[in-house]
Amino acid sequence: MLSLTIREVSLALREGRISPTELCRKCLDQIRTTQHLNAYISVTEETALRQAAEAETRMRQGVPRGPLDGIPFAVKDNFCTEGIQTTCASRMLKDYTPPYSATVVQKLFDQGAVLMGKTNMDEFAMGSGSTDGAYGPVRNPWSYATFYREANGAEPDSDWVVTGGSSGGSAAAVASLTSFLALGSDTGGSTRNPGALCGVVALKPTYGLLSRHGLIPLMNSMDVPGILTRTVHDAAIVLGALQGLDRKDSTTIPPLSTQMELPEKSDVRNICVGIPKEYHAPGLQEDTLAEWRRVADMFDREGARVVQVSLPHTQYSIVCYHILCCVEVASNMARFDGLEYGHRSPVATSTEAMYASTRHEGFNDVVRGRILSGNYFLLKQNFEHYFTKAQKVRRMIADDFKRVFDSGVDVLLTPSTLADAARYCDFSQEDNRTRSAQEDVFTQPANMAGLPAVSVPTALSKRGLPIGLQLIGPAQQDKMLLTVAQWVEQSVGFLAHNHYEDAVMSMNKWRSVDAPLGFHV
Amino acid sequence: MPAIETEICHFFNCVLYLFFSSCPQSTCVHLLMDVLSFLLHSDPQRLVGVVGLEIHAQINSKTKLFSGSPVGFSAPPNSLVSFFDASLPGTLPVLNKRCVEAAVMTGLALKCTVNKKSFFDRKHYFYADLPAGFQITQQRQPIAVDGALLYSLLGGKKRNQVIQKTVRIKQIQLEQDSGKSLHDDLRSQTFIDLNRAGVGLMELVMEPDMSCGEEAAAAVRELQLILQALGTCQGNMAEGQMRVDANVSVHEPGEPLGVRAEVKNINSIRYLAKAIDFEIQRQIDILQRGGVVLKETRAYDSKSGETISMRDKEGLQDYRFMPEPNLPPLIVYTDNASLPPGIDVRQAVVVEAIRKRLPELPGVKRDRLVRSYGILPEHSFTLVNEEGLVEYFEEVLKATAKEPRKVIGWVTNDLLGHLKEQNIPVSQRSVSRTGNAIIPSCLSPRLLLVYVPAVTHTSHVGLTQVFQEMWRSPGKAAQQLIQEKDLGLVADTNQLHSICQKVVDSHPHEVDAIRNGNKKVLNKLMGLVQKETKGRADPVLVRAILQDKTS
Repeated sequence: MLSLTIREVSLALREGRISPTELCRKCLDQIRTTQHLNAYISVTEETALRQAAEAETRMRQGVPRGPLDGIPFAVKDNFCTEGIQTTCASRMLKDYTPPYSATVVQKLFDQGAVLMGKTNMDEFAMGSGSTDGAYGPVRNPWSYATFYREANGAEPDSDWVVTGGSSGGSAAAVASLTSFLALGSDTGGSTRNPGALCGVVALKPTYGLLSRHGLIPLMNSMDVPGILTRTVHDAAIVLGALQGLDRKDSTTIPPLSTQMELPEKSDVRNICVGIPKEYHAPGLQEDTLAEWRRVADMFDREGARVVQVSLPHTQYSIVCYHILCCVEVASNMARFDGLEYGHRSPVATSTEAMYASTRHEGFNDVVRGRILSGNYFLLKQNFEHYFTKAQKVRRMIADDFKRVFDSGVDVLLTPSTLADAARYCDFSQEDNRTRSAQEDVFTQPANMAGLPAVSVPTALSKRGLPIGLQLIGPAQQDKMLLTVAQWVEQSVGFLAHNHYEDAVMSMNKWRSVDAPLGFHV
Repeated sequence: MPAIETEICHFFNCVLYLFFSSCPQSTCVHLLMDVLSFLLHSDPQRLVGVVGLEIHAQINSKTKLFSGSPVGFSAPPNSLVSFFDASLPGTLPVLNKRCVEAAVMTGLALKCTVNKKSFFDRKHYFYADLPAGFQITQQRQPIAVDGALLYSLLGGKKRNQVIQKTVRIKQIQLEQDSGKSLHDDLRSQTFIDLNRAGVGLMELVMEPDMSCGEEAAAAVRELQLILQALGTCQGNMAEGQMRVDANVSVHEPGEPLGVRAEVKNINSIRYLAKAIDFEIQRQIDILQRGGVVLKETRAYDSKSGETISMRDKEGLQDYRFMPEPNLPPLIVYTDNASLPPGIDVRQAVVVEAIRKRLPELPGVKRDRLVRSYGILPEHSFTLVNEEGLVEYFEEVLKATAKEPRKVIGWVTNDLLGHLKEQNIPVSQRSVSRTGNAIIPSCLSPRLLLVYVPAVTHTSHVGLTQVFQEMWRSPGKAAQQLIQEKDLGLVADTNQLHSICQKVVDSHPHEVDAIRNGNKKVLNKLMGLVQKETKGRADPVLVRAILQDKTS
């Protein structure tokens, strides 16, 4: 039951094959079973059971609200949830309970969806491993799958792999069947990256299509709420429910179409698929490259036009992102001074001393480092040299995409990540900044240009870990993009193997040997 | 005052420091040479002040610039604070259309170019009453630029000569107000009130086109009248609705501008003039002693009438401006025809529609009053200076059909004098018992009809009492009150005759003088009669009786 898609389980709920409360309890059990993944920062059992009971009443009365009524979901812990702790995986907000819910969360509530909990992440979404948060690293469920262990002779306790990040908790929650959908946030790939590494569908919609109100920002000009599901079709359902203008977010755009649901079968015969040559990046793993070729060939065989294209400025995306991101971080983090909310240091010799120690104690090294860099870039004597230049490069990157799409290309096909998931012990050898620069290389440019992009799992690597490919579409062509993504999903046959069940089944066997993870705060 | 002494000591230390210790040698030499050349060639008498102003005007709107919380002056602390105002994480700014319209209207009234496209920026600094750690303002491209404010001074020996002046308006930018910090020094605690945080401000930057406190005061007064006429700002300086910072420097005419000091903490127009004049003199004194004026921020101390160095790090502060990413560019449209398809007219800010709503501005109003009523220019200033007085004056004219030049004297001297004495504003919007009356009911022109014989002459006491009674018992007709309280004119001829007789009998010298042709002495006798009747004698009658008795 837990491995069903949203569409399937929604039907089961309506037909009374399972009740919302039963479904909710099953998910809560599954959360307990998979606790060692450290996917959740808080589990909202009480809220979940209450919301499930309300959904059950509606079902019984025959007035369900829509396809998401009674569906368990998880939310990254940087989306505000009224009355529910929202930490951003930071000491700064460890006891913070917002008085309002983010628009996207509220929309899910309004649809009758059932909140299971708040998921783990890198502190303030700064990272690409979900390893740098105050609540400890998230473990990738695939670390426990039979295939991975057998292929590598891996000891799950020491050889577990990371989820990617920063929305690793959300990706792990969907992959470990504790939720049917999860919200992540995507600034440089933070939804698509863990989506790819955890073998789930991860959609970053067009900038502005989903409201950011209530999403605690990393970088306002690139943040987009992300959608993690197990199928493309499910992602489209969720997108349909969340899209549209929000009076509280002046950067939102009107809904694309009232009907976001995808056709059963996608037709890609008349589309043009662009293969950006610059994405043959150093460090691209052989397995991933092979998958990229395989799927490109599949398009070709189906009758789609597959062409090589060039995005010459993509190579500057990461360094440009580094500047712009630090700048906005420095600004956005200025509000955390311990006065109105959040951590406040007991140091009280002066207001300035209180600010300084509050911020020192509240933020980890990564956050502090970005704040310092950002403020450096913003200094009067540096502004032109860094920020203005980076903005210009950003425009050039966006223009690259525009030129390609104007030339008749419908979607771009790229890898989502350089490689499959790294072992935690390897991943943590490098610092956060180096890792982020490596991991975001394929996902980041779409954020620069505000374009919709989706990562779809296509196969397992030789190591038994998921590989995802990314499709990027023109702005506001989210539905077309998902239609093509659905074709990929149906053609590659990843879902047919029911990998999730395997991973989860084998994980259940291992749970007894796992030491419980203490919270690190 | 000890604080000032320290201040002066500090100043001298700085000067010495500059000259002898910190400068690289070459700079030192240059500086010394500059000073020497200054001492040799300049005539310190010719130093003149240069004044530029930065004015923060709170926009008169129901809600704040970027949030839906109400704007109010005296609400309980932190009762007008939305999640956004408190900078709760995840909240976003949503621009208030009314504030944009206010800025556009103000820009039009000040002959500015309204930018079709303007931007919002973040200005960063840590301060407890700035919860987000940055202020949203318009640094790169403000909503309006390149305007001019025409204002007038009364000059000449009798201060009745109208001198026209112009100050250029560099820009008008929209920005957020901060909260307020209340310091409890005893417990060394600071309390934060965020009611004001996020209220819309128009920052008006005036170019350094003024030369003294009086000019600056006249310019600010004119601006205040304009804003009040527009309704875009209530303009009450005491309540902080209008805050003025003055940039003051001195130089010799024709030479580059001197180093300027910024004077803050000025909360009335009178203090503005005093602060600027003090600061100009202070700088002249320094230069005449061979000193150097520091670029610094100074506060005006209204008790001592002096400016005091704030010794803040303002000069070193780098505000680290960046574009505000949560707000799209602010677009205003020229007219309805220029609206792009699909834009809701109600959501758009249309410049020409706002221009049509511009009221008669004070300058135009004054010209019209002088032209159509033949009153003196200085009277037109008095009328326009008091909110509601022009309307009142015109109503009186209509109701009494009196000669304007006669009514103006009564309105600007007698009536206004009384009101000021009683501390009653002409416009009583806030306490008006009828809700929307501009003029207090006790001053209704109809009352004047009854009272005209008195008001056009000198029965001050009675008039004042009627005002007061009317104030105390609203709704009662003036005549009723006059009767009830016996406030009417003493017009009983017999009674007046006997009083006049008494006065004439007891002042033989004066009577003689009158009989010898010094008719002015009659006024003295009239005054004595009024004293006897507590000012309620009908002056026309009294004069007639006295003339009769002294002829």
